[in-house]
Amino acid sequence: MISSRFSKVLSWAYLIALYGFIFLPVVVLVLFSFQDGRLPVPPFNGATLKWYGEVFADSRLMSALGNSLMVAIGSSTIACVLGFCAAYGLARFMLPASRLQRGLLVAPMTVSYLIIALGLLSTFNWLGVSLSLWTVAIGHVVINLPLCFAIIYASMGDHQKNIERAARDLGAAEWQVMTQISAPMLMPSILAAFFLSVTFSWDEFIISFLLSRFDVTLPVEIWSMLRSGLNPKTNAVGSIVFLVSVALLLILELSIFRRTAKK
Amino acid sequence: MTAPVSIRNATKIFGDFTALNDVSLEIEAGEFIVLLGPSGCGKTTLLSLLGGFLSPSSGTVEINGQDMGHVPPSKRPTTTMFQDYALFPHMSLRDNVAFGLKMRKIGKAERHTKAEDLLDMVGLKSSADKKPHELSGGQRQRVALARALAVEPDVLLLDEPLGALDLKLRRQMQDELKAIQKRVGTTFVHVTHDQEEAMAIADRIVVMNAGNIEDVGRPEDIYMRPKTLFSASFMGEVNFIPGTLGKRHDGMVDVDTVLGPVSLAETALRDENLTKGTKVTLAIRPEHFRASTGTGPRITFGKAKVTDGSFFGTHHRAHLEPVDAPDIVLTAHMPQSAVIEAGAWIDLTIDPASVVVLAGHPDTTRTEDAA
Repeated sequence: MISSRFSKVLSWAYLIALYGFIFLPVVVLVLFSFQDGRLPVPPFNGATLKWYGEVFADSRLMSALGNSLMVAIGSSTIACVLGFCAAYGLARFMLPASRLQRGLLVAPMTVSYLIIALGLLSTFNWLGVSLSLWTVAIGHVVINLPLCFAIIYASMGDHQKNIERAARDLGAAEWQVMTQISAPMLMPSILAAFFLSVTFSWDEFIISFLLSRFDVTLPVEIWSMLRSGLNPKTNAVGSIVFLVSVALLLILELSIFRRTAKK
Repeated sequence: MTAPVSIRNATKIFGDFTALNDVSLEIEAGEFIVLLGPSGCGKTTLLSLLGGFLSPSSGTVEINGQDMGHVPPSKRPTTTMFQDYALFPHMSLRDNVAFGLKMRKIGKAERHTKAEDLLDMVGLKSSADKKPHELSGGQRQRVALARALAVEPDVLLLDEPLGALDLKLRRQMQDELKAIQKRVGTTFVHVTHDQEEAMAIADRIVVMNAGNIEDVGRPEDIYMRPKTLFSASFMGEVNFIPGTLGKRHDGMVDVDTVLGPVSLAETALRDENLTKGTKVTLAIRPEHFRASTGTGPRITFGKAKVTDGSFFGTHHRAHLEPVDAPDIVLTAHMPQSAVIEAGAWIDLTIDPASVVVLAGHPDTTRTEDAA
């Protein structure tokens, strides 16, 4: 009796500690973004929205936010298109060394972003490509392509193979099968890959930092703000970044996973 | 539209497995052909050769007199109805049925009208805007049929299309399939392992086993006058009585069976070339046993003991142990009104016209597999 009550207390304590560990930093970040004072540290002096006002008035932050959205959407679109084509080829045709090819496509997931960024940096130097948002986007395609490929490839089953066969039987050419049958049929997983890829690109710092020059993405701009010390404004912009990520995940969950579960 | 099909000496080898062994078959325009056989008999391989999803290792396939040698599925005058229907899940029923027409660059208004006509034919006109996942199995099956017929193929290939339906719905869809085939006149080639389905819908049945065609003919012929032991046992319950062929005289032939000698009309022989002394088997359907009293010609195989019986609605099904060969178990269908008592003795009497004499002795393992 006692031991069962004890284990119940223990499991609750564990649960609270676990969620505390995960969410306390975020709670602190968001809370002190409303700090009425100059320092985002306790004690909390009362709530104000003025730091958010400053964020939206800061043209450099706003253009970095625009850049981030552009890079995230552009690179994720390219990663999804390339990932879909690779998955279609490897799932539907007998290709030489297809296991090895699949392995090579997914392998970059295990390499740290820092190493990928360094590799790309020296490649761009060697090719004489100057750094810009384009090079950042290329970096994000490199890190998100394996993810998009893996998600889309996993959703291509034999049942869909028969459906594609039916389309060919009814006279569809290969490109028509891909664009009119396979892609729409796999749209839930393609969108899942797209939104995950957007969140990863949106949050990514190291590659964006090393591969950009004049125009930067939001995480890089936040980093340069942090060099002049902590400030509730950095908390405010951090909260906005977090909010966008959460919103993307919610869209993903509600629109796509819910829909696939229904089918 | 409709067209004849001609398969000549088609062989298909996968690695060291011969899926089809020198198969030849002529199909007339507008015929409803059923390829019947157990799994692995080569029926689906043969269908894939017609559809162009496989090409033969040797031999030719002609449709409407044209060699289909290197013609891909999309360019053949055939469409396939798949077992899992393979409907496009993201399209409405109208777009599903119109897809083949869209690929043929038919304008939107025209193809939608045609699609709705076909949906009307299969009784789903009011559901044209629904998606496939909103339908029941039988309805999906109808959409798959409408979609395959929309492009007016010369030959429709049906790959066990009724396999996923429950028994009652399957019987209902058989009737619909047959009616629609008569109406559109397209040549249908239908694959199944269900012999009742085959008999219900086919103009001609092609019985296949181990990559070979065992028998081809009208359902009545295949059932009542099968050509081989395999064909006889696959088409339904049958009793095999092994024996040896004796001499012929005056249009009659003697057979020395394990249940004693009998004399049958020569027409009972399925192979005219069988000679005296060869091993043969008498094939008798359970419903052909007759009461010993009554009119008409009769032959008898002596007495048999009833070991058990059960009531099947249309008849009693009884197991019998012949006194002359107690190791053989015979199955007989008795009238509804009969009283079946285990241990009772009855006469094994039969109308000689319903007996078929087939070459060879049954290999017990094989017949059990087939049943």
